Amino acid sequence: MRTIETLLADVPIFQGMSAEALELLSGCATNTRFADDAMLFREGDAANTFYVVRHGRVALETFVPARGPVTIETIDPGEVVGWSWLFQPHRWHFDARALGLVRATMFDAACLRTKCEQDPAFGYDLISRFTQVLIERLQWTRLRLLDVYGNGR
Amino acid sequence: MATRPFRVTRRRRETSDTWTLELEPVAGPPLDFLPGQFTMLYAFGIGEVPISICGERGGRLVHTVRAVGAVTEAICGSKPGSVLGVRGPFGRGWPVEEALGQDVVVVAGGIGLPPLRPVLYECLRRRREYGDIFLLYGSRTPADLVYRHEVERWRGRFDIEVDVTVDRGEDGWRGNVGVVPKLIASARFDPAAAVAMVCGPEVMMHFAAGALLERGVPPEQIYVSMERDMKCGLGWCGHCQLGPTLICRDGPVYGWTQIEPLLEVREL
Amino acid sequence: MTAQRTAVVGPDALEALVDALRTRGFRVLGPTVRDGAIVYDDLESASELPVGWTEAQDAATYRLARREDEARFGYAVGPHSWKQFLFPARIRLWRARRQNGGFEVEQEPYDEPPLALIGVRSCELHAVEVQDRVFLGGRHQDADYAARRQGLFVVAVNCFEPGGTCFCVSMGTGPKVEQGYDLALTEILEGEHRFLVEAGSERGLEVLAVLPRRAAADVDLDAAGRATAGAAERMGRTLDAFDLRGLLTRTLEHARWDDVASRCLTCGNCTLVCPTCFCSSVEDVTDLAGDHAERMRSWDSCFSLEHSYIHGGSIRTSGRSRYRQWLTHKFGTWHDQFGTSGCVGCGRCITWCPAAIDVTEELAALRAGEEVDDAND
Repeated sequence: MRTIETLLADVPIFQGMSAEALELLSGCATNTRFADDAMLFREGDAANTFYVVRHGRVALETFVPARGPVTIETIDPGEVVGWSWLFQPHRWHFDARALGLVRATMFDAACLRTKCEQDPAFGYDLISRFTQVLIERLQWTRLRLLDVYGNGR
Repeated sequence: MATRPFRVTRRRRETSDTWTLELEPVAGPPLDFLPGQFTMLYAFGIGEVPISICGERGGRLVHTVRAVGAVTEAICGSKPGSVLGVRGPFGRGWPVEEALGQDVVVVAGGIGLPPLRPVLYECLRRRREYGDIFLLYGSRTPADLVYRHEVERWRGRFDIEVDVTVDRGEDGWRGNVGVVPKLIASARFDPAAAVAMVCGPEVMMHFAAGALLERGVPPEQIYVSMERDMKCGLGWCGHCQLGPTLICRDGPVYGWTQIEPLLEVREL
Repeated sequence: MTAQRTAVVGPDALEALVDALRTRGFRVLGPTVRDGAIVYDDLESASELPVGWTEAQDAATYRLARREDEARFGYAVGPHSWKQFLFPARIRLWRARRQNGGFEVEQEPYDEPPLALIGVRSCELHAVEVQDRVFLGGRHQDADYAARRQGLFVVAVNCFEPGGTCFCVSMGTGPKVEQGYDLALTEILEGEHRFLVEAGSERGLEVLAVLPRRAAADVDLDAAGRATAGAAERMGRTLDAFDLRGLLTRTLEHARWDDVASRCLTCGNCTLVCPTCFCSSVEDVTDLAGDHAERMRSWDSCFSLEHSYIHGGSIRTSGRSRYRQWLTHKFGTWHDQFGTSGCVGCGRCITWCPAAIDVTEELAALRAGEEVDDAND
């Protein structure tokens, strides 16, 4: 059976991290699972975790009056769910729902924030990696904002 | 060149504003074509528009049309038995031959799937001559997916990988919500041995090409289908110019290396 | 007696020339004065030629003026070009009629008489060749253009009075005609008023044989040579035409485009008077009952907003982009599309631009601008 550490080495966002860094990370991580339709977190709740999806798909949602829950984006295996843990006020901005069975690695944000403060180099590396993911997600979101498939009317 | 009368034999609604028509000539031989070519489709007394051919070679002439103006609305409203005019086929098609032996990555956005469908038909017909085949398809919402049932059937096959995403989900949609470049990032093709054919809105093609390059697909292996206003389809009216090229004559399919510098110049 | 390819005729022989062409079934077209300009129109007699007229041309300037002699061709080119006859401003392409649940299409027949053009300048002959490549040189041939082009009889004229905006020498298109004519006339005004006539084809030879003429002597040949050589030295404009294609590819974002955009009205005059501009549009029309439909083709201009309209908007909305499109196409991308330059140096666009924009000036500015940028690197 593979340890969390070896699993993390394969996750794209952590690609190339040193063995020591992976050890630090795995120290704050546990494996977890969600049943179909279960909520990983809800909008407004305290953001003290983030997840790396290992199996299944997670839908980021928001509730729109008269429309109900609307999926903003789906997250697939190998991808990160959640960055609200990085900055104050540490509150979730969206709901996250499991679409089908989801297995994920859950990270304790408080634990990680402490380790980042103790080891600034590790902290900088982690923030940089998250920033890259953020930028990519932002680009894709902007592309969707353009509504390129609209017919221009 | 005068238009040829073709009778509508079948009309099927794809989405709220898109219809697929099957046509056969009123007289004379059927129309042969290469995947990626288009015809100038004529609605009697109203006008003509360039539409990609999206059927199978050797079968009926098939066109999937989006109703966005007077001509396309008239075409989309043509019931079986009515007659449209056809001129063509025109243009240079997809690199179906060049892709032999390689992985084929078909990337479509919205109404960009119809011009690519003949590529899938051709590659699946000669399945053993190609590597892995991928269809990566994105649309605005699930209701805007064109050829939905056909895409689902392809997805069920064992010899083609199909991945679909939408910009916005709807009730009950449990598939991907996100952009096509994201599908490109995770599709398991071999970048060094892949030929990518991309069709969709220009912005989408630009981002898709970027994602393909990021995966390591050489720019010479990426092809796009360009679109501009066309009045003649024959290289005479001058409307389809994009810098040094006439899209009706030299395109609509182009290699990315040729097109990319032209797209960098605004309002070219 | 062997037919002589060269001869000398007097001005009166031009009447015989017009007659000879008419009796051979040609529709004869040539220059005449009308509406304050020298235009091309049907000629019933050589007396309709602009006898003793000349033009004063400059940027945004065109004036007729009287000459002191009776020269028949003592001017350059006016607002008309021959393209209006080979590529008419508006024609019907085909008709269609509803029937049997569908419709039937009738290609428009071409049953007009062949054309004879009198007074074709070298630049204009090159312009016809440029349009030949567009309409006949590709995978599809334009049937209407081919029909009008068929049997075209060209009476060319070697310029001796270049215009104020002419730059055919810079473009390698004149002032002397080299090929593609049936007859070439060089008007000689020194001494006796006469024309050196050269036959360039069997048909030209045959027509020459029925004109009152005498053999050409050395003195005639010399005088003719001096006339065209003199024209070559008095060009109104010059242009460094070296690798304009490359220059225009490299300077697509040059500040000069903003400069010219501030002056250009996007009126499209240049495209109307240019002898090589070929953009067209089509219009589908029906009768009130909706039973008969026609497709009409008409001239179009890349300066119009509609020219690049697609999906609810135009690609080239700014005047800057439309001027750039025209100039880079004419001198640059035309090479990529058709293998030649699109410009023949006739100068019409300079003369007829209401804002006095001079293409030779714009291109020189782009070239100079590039050199400055290089120097600053």
